[in-house]
Amino acid sequence: MIRSVLLKIAAIAVAGSALAGQAARAESLAVRDCTWCHGASAHGYSPAPGLAGQQFQYLANQLADFHARSRDSPFSKQYMWGAAENLSSRGARDLAMYFSKLPPKAANDGDADLVAMGRTIYQEGMPDSNIVACVVCHGPNAEGIGQIPRLGGLAYSYLKRRLEQWAEGYHAAAGPPMPDISRKLSTAQINALASYLSFIK
Amino acid sequence: MERMRDRGRRLLTRRGEPAPPTMAAVGSQWALRTAVLVLAFIGTVARAEEKFASRGSVQAKLSYCKDCHGASAQGYPGFFPIPRLAGQQTEYLENQLRAFIEHRRTNNVMFNVAHALNPGMVSALAANFKQLNPAPVGGAPRQLSAAGKKIYEDGLPDANIAACAACHGPEATGSGEIPRLAGQLYPYVIKTLTNWGKERGQNPAKPDTSAIMSPVAHSLSKSQIEQVSAFVSYLK
Repeated sequence: MIRSVLLKIAAIAVAGSALAGQAARAESLAVRDCTWCHGASAHGYSPAPGLAGQQFQYLANQLADFHARSRDSPFSKQYMWGAAENLSSRGARDLAMYFSKLPPKAANDGDADLVAMGRTIYQEGMPDSNIVACVVCHGPNAEGIGQIPRLGGLAYSYLKRRLEQWAEGYHAAAGPPMPDISRKLSTAQINALASYLSFIK
Repeated sequence: MERMRDRGRRLLTRRGEPAPPTMAAVGSQWALRTAVLVLAFIGTVARAEEKFASRGSVQAKLSYCKDCHGASAQGYPGFFPIPRLAGQQTEYLENQLRAFIEHRRTNNVMFNVAHALNPGMVSALAANFKQLNPAPVGGAPRQLSAAGKKIYEDGLPDANIAACAACHGPEATGSGEIPRLAGQLYPYVIKTLTNWGKERGQNPAKPDTSAIMSPVAHSLSKSQIEQVSAFVSYLK
């Protein structure tokens, strides 16, 4: 009696570990597909942005948008449409969850001389130019929330490109305000914002 | 001709008094007076124009407000909850913008925003927002609504809290300086009631209408605040 119970327990343990092993392999394969471009610790490798510490809901939404091809900038087309082609929604969620939990690391590659101007725009906005303060949605430390992305620590060139692309008419699948907001920003203001944000831990 | 004019002047001049002005001098005096009047008039008109914002600038400013408050001013749960302005009572909105300008209501972002607004712009914006009527953004826990409805309609007599409906109206649409609550964001109403004394009526030398809500906000418990906030957030 005890022997059969012990046997059953052993069988379940073996099966469980085999399944766990399978899941780990699946996860690590999918993750490797991402880290080729996004960097071993998912801190980004130009032009691919950092994913570590990004908001889960934002990541999941972006993968869905790449899969649906509604996010249509040139690099999106070139790289992410293919990458997201065969992603199931479950797979996308798992990847988003995985990356959201990794510790972020600041790119630190902006122009240090522009940080002060970038901080002013980010924290206070420019009401006379009808430019909102990014802090209201993106948070005091640019960490984002829910579907609103973390901006803190992303690479200068990535942030600059994103802000410029909205003004160029690309659909970044973001909510309504971003295209309107970025169209009002001058090049100098974009450079300042991207610089400031790239240094935030 | 000139001699006749000079003779006339000498006749009109009494001894010891200054000569009357020549025609040219009179003419230039009138010109000067007219100029002064015109300038004063233009000055008045220019000051009056400050009261009325031009349509183009109102549209630009509206679009700016909507960057945060939503394309139809329905509000947006950002990192900080951004309230619904659509359908809001104009008197309440104007009062709040003035309270931001005068630092009687605390909000770092709105300080900056409001300072850039002249009185004409304030009125124009409020009038525009009143016209909007999008659906509420929702998102509050629905199970809290029933308890919230009870508080809203009956008040809390044991805690000496009047029914919200008594002032805010049975449909929570408000009136005059009393704000509309219908469709307001759940996290925003919670934050507002919870932080009432810290955010509103910040100038004790200039008490404002926020004083009315102070005892109510203080007396509500955390769960009562959540319940009534959930209830109003779903009202259309």
